[in-house]
Amino acid sequence: MSSELKIALVGNPNTGKSTLFNVLTGLNQKIGNFPGVTVDKKLGSCKLSDERTVQVIDLPGTYSLYPKSKDESIVFEVLADRNNSAHPDLVVIVADASNLKRNLLLYTQVADLKIPVIIALNMMDVARKTGTTINVDALASKLGVRIVPIAARQSENVQALKEAISNASRLALQEDTIEVEALAPGLIGKIREELQVDAPYVALQIAHQHENLTFLTAAQSGRVEELEREFSFHSAKSQAAETIARYNYINDVLFDTVETTNDARQEPVSNRIDKVLTHRFWGFIIFFGILFLIFQSIFAWSEYPMGLIEDLFVWLASAVQAVLPEGILADLLVDGVIAGLSGVLVFIPQIAILFAFISVLEDTGYMARVTFMMDKLMRKVGLNGKSVVPMIGGLACAVPSIMSARNIENWKDRMITIMVTPLVSCSARLPVYTLLISLVVPDTRVWGVINMQGLAMMSMYVLSIVSAILVAWVMKGLIRARDRGYFIMELPVYRFPRWSNVGLTMYEKVKAFVFQAGKVIIAVSIVLWVLASYGPPGKIEAAQQKYDTPEYSQKFSPEEIGRMKSSQKLENSYAGVLGHAIEPAIRPLGYDWKIGIALITSFAAREVFVGTMATIYSVDADDSNMDSVRDKMNNARDTETGRPVFSLATSFSLMLFYAFAMQCISTIAIVYRETKSWKWPAIQFGYMTVMAYVAGLIAYQLLK
Amino acid sequence: MKLSQLEPGESGVIKEFTDLEMSVKLMEMGCLPGESVKVQRFAPLGDPIAITVSGYQLSLRKREASTIILH
Repeated sequence: MSSELKIALVGNPNTGKSTLFNVLTGLNQKIGNFPGVTVDKKLGSCKLSDERTVQVIDLPGTYSLYPKSKDESIVFEVLADRNNSAHPDLVVIVADASNLKRNLLLYTQVADLKIPVIIALNMMDVARKTGTTINVDALASKLGVRIVPIAARQSENVQALKEAISNASRLALQEDTIEVEALAPGLIGKIREELQVDAPYVALQIAHQHENLTFLTAAQSGRVEELEREFSFHSAKSQAAETIARYNYINDVLFDTVETTNDARQEPVSNRIDKVLTHRFWGFIIFFGILFLIFQSIFAWSEYPMGLIEDLFVWLASAVQAVLPEGILADLLVDGVIAGLSGVLVFIPQIAILFAFISVLEDTGYMARVTFMMDKLMRKVGLNGKSVVPMIGGLACAVPSIMSARNIENWKDRMITIMVTPLVSCSARLPVYTLLISLVVPDTRVWGVINMQGLAMMSMYVLSIVSAILVAWVMKGLIRARDRGYFIMELPVYRFPRWSNVGLTMYEKVKAFVFQAGKVIIAVSIVLWVLASYGPPGKIEAAQQKYDTPEYSQKFSPEEIGRMKSSQKLENSYAGVLGHAIEPAIRPLGYDWKIGIALITSFAAREVFVGTMATIYSVDADDSNMDSVRDKMNNARDTETGRPVFSLATSFSLMLFYAFAMQCISTIAIVYRETKSWKWPAIQFGYMTVMAYVAGLIAYQLLK
Repeated sequence: MKLSQLEPGESGVIKEFTDLEMSVKLMEMGCLPGESVKVQRFAPLGDPIAITVSGYQLSLRKREASTIILH
């Protein structure tokens, strides 16, 4: 419906904008992309009281329309370009009442774009506690906009906001704020005339940002550049003058509408918490303690649900086999699709728990403190305090984390962060590690509390972070900087996590994992099943023929012959041929041709390794035997030596290989999109593959 | 006197900036001439620092704080 009302939420970070978005849209959200740029577009729909539905867009949080990062640049793009598909009919400014002055800066900028706007004044309770009284009606009449006080966390007054949205005028009725034209006399008029822009402030912003605006043609941008020279426009000076003028206006407006009583305020709770959490010594201890707790919980809490999912798939496989007649279809479903899916879906509990922790850390404001504490350390190795967020996010998935590196303003810091984030152990490696660790590390406890398997897992994670830091340090010397970095960041007040937000994040991430990974995995599973079931014409039959001779049928039972036959079948299939082809290269790392097949298939996505193992060992094994993958791999023996295939040496070599290798098509694609060149993903793929091979080689040769 | 010379617990009033580009970023975050600022704490490794300005906490590196001149 083209007549559907579109509203955009705009506001500073940490104002409760996303909470309001969740309250308004609930589960009716989806994440898309803005055309041409790779910024997440959070869209949702919301029913108003009069049964109308409005489309809600949550724009990235920003302090100003002058972008300091890639994400922030989308705000002006969307608000200024009437042809943008996301251009709203109405902007809802979400403002933090306890910090009104700074929040109104963004309001005055948006108001001057001459788009209809209303203000949702959030966190009135916090303002009251800190001794700030706001005369909302007086403020509203001074600004000439509707102001609705809300408490997004408690979902209070959201109904009133919805009514204000449905009654809002389609015209921009707000008062002018500052004299925009005085900031660049002549130039603004010229730009308005030549580019046919209505609002003077849009023209001024175009003058500042024309080089990076996607809605301008190269010719238009060039013309603006010419005009700027003609009128000797100085961007930074004009911007400074504008900011001062805006704050003067805001001070005037707030002078008799806001009262602050500084009655013997006790020290804010946040400060007292900070004294402990960012303490010289305890700060780091607590941080590492939290990380340790996260990994222990991922293992402890996920054990039971994982068992349930495993059982479900075993049941499903036998049910399908009971219902369907024996044949190609049943084989494809059981050995291909179900085996592949179960190997991966079983990790849903672990991924959900990891994302829950990360979202709690961000929601409470602790992540900002981690950034604050780590900045100096990270700077030493060529990163930035803000690199901590992508790197911790990298524990979940490199793809969104590399996108979140956009918050890093400095180009060099951002590039290095992008280059090393895929080294951080992501959740796709979790299935691989879990499987291999459960094969070779005993499930025993040391000193009664520390689980050996959990410890092995944590070492893999520590190793991944150490390697990321080392590589960053090397790159610091190799990449030349364009400009100096800076670090100016708000430390938000500590808050209790909003469990509905945490739940929603978990749901969104698991959904994305199941659908995105699921698609790849089903496709790869089917291809793999075909490759493992068919071979070059006549080859399989020829290899199997000898088992039909009386010589074999006298010596072995029919079951044993069946097993030998299926093993021969796999070895002579297309998959076996491929695996054999790369075997010489991977033998020194301790891998046989079956693992070779898994390396090839998991090139697209690491978690496919487990699915492939499941498929290979299902095809290989007796059909009536429905053991879990783990048991099958445990029983796997080298055909030549008779020793277990997954020995300590091979398993650790494989884990190290997966720790370093860039086996993720999605990451390669996102790095290309983010850096706009094939150079960076190529370098990344190259260095990571070399590291993986060398580490695997060393591990196997030392441990064997 | 520069903001970077204050110890935790000390405060001052912003007078001017020595770096135009940095000043634009700082002013957007509420660090304006005439505002009073208080250094709350240093990060565990001594840098960056956390200050209170116009009612909220802001962290910035010492190098950035050294572009802010106090009265």
